[in-house]
Amino acid sequence: MNANDPQFALSCPIPVSDYPTVLLAHGGGGKLMHQLIEKMFVTAFANPLLESRHDGAVINLLRKDERGPFRLAFTTDSYVVHPLFFPGGDIATLAINGTVNDLAMCGARPMYLSAGFILEEGLPMETLWRVVQSMRQAADAAGVQVVTGDTKVVDRGKGDGIFINTAGVGMVEHELGISPANVQPGDVLLLSGDIGRHGIAIMAVREGLEFESAIESDCAPLASLVLALLDAGIAVRCLRDLTRGGLASALVEISEAARLDIQIEETTIPVREDVQGACEILGFDPLYVANEGRFVAFISASDADRALTILRAHPLGTGACAIGNVSMVNDRSHPGLVTMKSKIGAIRIIDMMSGEQLPRIC
Amino acid sequence: MKFIDEYRDRQAAEQFSRAIAATAKRSWTLMEVCGGQTHSIVKFGVDELLPKEVTLVHGPGCPVCVTPVELIEKAIEIASRPEVIFCSFGDMLRVPAHVGDGHETPMDLLSVKAQGGDVRIVYSPLDAVQIARKNPARQVVFFAVGFETTAPANAMAVFQAYQQGISNFSLLVSHVLVPPAMEAILSSPDNRVQGFLAAGHVCTVMGYTEYEPIAEKYHVPIVVTGFEPVDILQGIFLCVKQLEEGRAAVENQYARSVRRAGNRAAQQIIQEVFRVIPRKWRGVGEIPRSGLGLQEKYREYDAEVRFGVAEHTTEESSECIAGLVLRGIRKPHECLAFGAHCTPERPLGAPMVSSEGACAAYYRYRRLSCRD
Repeated sequence: MNANDPQFALSCPIPVSDYPTVLLAHGGGGKLMHQLIEKMFVTAFANPLLESRHDGAVINLLRKDERGPFRLAFTTDSYVVHPLFFPGGDIATLAINGTVNDLAMCGARPMYLSAGFILEEGLPMETLWRVVQSMRQAADAAGVQVVTGDTKVVDRGKGDGIFINTAGVGMVEHELGISPANVQPGDVLLLSGDIGRHGIAIMAVREGLEFESAIESDCAPLASLVLALLDAGIAVRCLRDLTRGGLASALVEISEAARLDIQIEETTIPVREDVQGACEILGFDPLYVANEGRFVAFISASDADRALTILRAHPLGTGACAIGNVSMVNDRSHPGLVTMKSKIGAIRIIDMMSGEQLPRIC
Repeated sequence: MKFIDEYRDRQAAEQFSRAIAATAKRSWTLMEVCGGQTHSIVKFGVDELLPKEVTLVHGPGCPVCVTPVELIEKAIEIASRPEVIFCSFGDMLRVPAHVGDGHETPMDLLSVKAQGGDVRIVYSPLDAVQIARKNPARQVVFFAVGFETTAPANAMAVFQAYQQGISNFSLLVSHVLVPPAMEAILSSPDNRVQGFLAAGHVCTVMGYTEYEPIAEKYHVPIVVTGFEPVDILQGIFLCVKQLEEGRAAVENQYARSVRRAGNRAAQQIIQEVFRVIPRKWRGVGEIPRSGLGLQEKYREYDAEVRFGVAEHTTEESSECIAGLVLRGIRKPHECLAFGAHCTPERPLGAPMVSSEGACAAYYRYRRLSCRD
């Protein structure tokens, strides 16, 4: 999506012209969602912090005393998962870890969260209690506190049990600039573990697909893993957690924002056999399946081996691996292209999904 | 993973690649019939492992792509009714009805859903029968799209609904058959195809006896082929070998799944519920005896009859060259609209919609080399 392309030129009053109504695919993490964000939200709220296209905003705050300026990371996310409880997690662990992870991807130490609840009339109090207890445990595990909140109740039928919004702030305690703009040719891509588990776990419950053993979501707080890299002085250039849209969408976003090419190798990307099997049955590509406890790190080549050792020593990063690297843009007509060497050794483009991944006919 | 890893193995792929290069002395144009094969070829880059003598063209075997516009419009009309629960496989939902006619808003089944229609993705037509059973006050319609591969399950859905007296279930049928399409391609004056990779899954159901007279009549080798990269390379090797030796036989590369007679039980249920009829193919036109419609006995399960849309017809856009792509005469990137004003977000024609569609496969995996 090139903003200078006449096809995507901004126009008033409604800049999103392809569809007159919102489709589910506008929230699917693919191209339609990115067009919506670029054309409507970024246009409306235009400011330099938003322009960085990062998981959160890193704000420079000035103190009047001798301690000088400090940096604060700020982010928000909403959670609308169905079902509320699934193998490996629930809406509560997503709501805490999702926001914690967005802060971690800014290189921040997550500290304080807010929690907004939109509850549907008729929701069993016991369900709400279960969610709140789980949030408390997840917050403890991630080392954050929920310090403010809000509650709204909507008419029965106008919500899906519980919607949760969390916002969070964290301290940036290092001097690095961590964002797509700092990615450089030669950087190495590290992936923190196997991909696709969260999306398949949800899909399996939602669609009643049964496997020999339940596939559990990878939902986890990633801050301690990221801070281990930063505390060791690793030259981290950019971090991105893999959520909706999967590894592929994250890489395309960064490649386009950084205006650099990315090359990855399919054989280096770990996918568990049960996840692979489910993807084969449904016609899904694991590269596009959602994760909730995985990230990619762009690391200066000279630090890559050391970073990998640090990741692998952490319980959440035992499966970490190097999956590719960054190079100058090869084709000037494109802002940055992700390519992958396939298992049989040929090269193909990795693009963003248009909307949601739809199961194929045969 | 068993049955996956060994067929995506780089060494095995390179071995067949070398064997093809050593065998091909002249230039040959082969067509892979099935959209699933096209998807694999482009996704794994199988064609990059082929010598310049071998050209692959992509056949009409994507069920989404060959479903005519008027059926999409019928689906939209039916799905928009308040009493209807419209069930479909996922990738039919984004196929646009108004193709290249200047409409500002593409109208597809996803838009129907956004405007309040009850459109649901199902994984099996039998799920739709279950939905009908649980919602006796609603009309449940399943969009029965596909080749011989999906026909048995769709037939079974109607058969079960009939047996169990579920009267609020019906099928919007858009079934097409592979052999008549192959004959249409072979008998066309601008045909370039010299050999076929037949669709492994279709042959799993139907067997391959019906291809034997085609191979003989048109003197064209036909190799029943699977869907993994090594399958496809082996299929190409067998096909090129036949061409170089001047033979034109039906061979079975996909023996781990396909038997000559096919799956008899599946064929029986197809014959019980469906009959062979002429069908329109998007971009190709009507081909005699090329599709399936419901038998008279099951006429009441025909959604076109039930909702009175049978007479609806639509002319197709002249801008989209889908027909030429589907017949293997043009490659997707030879279309002026490709990647410019036809993209997966805003498709002009169906091959840009489904992941099995040749245009979408090229767009997603191939824009780089297409520009060269």
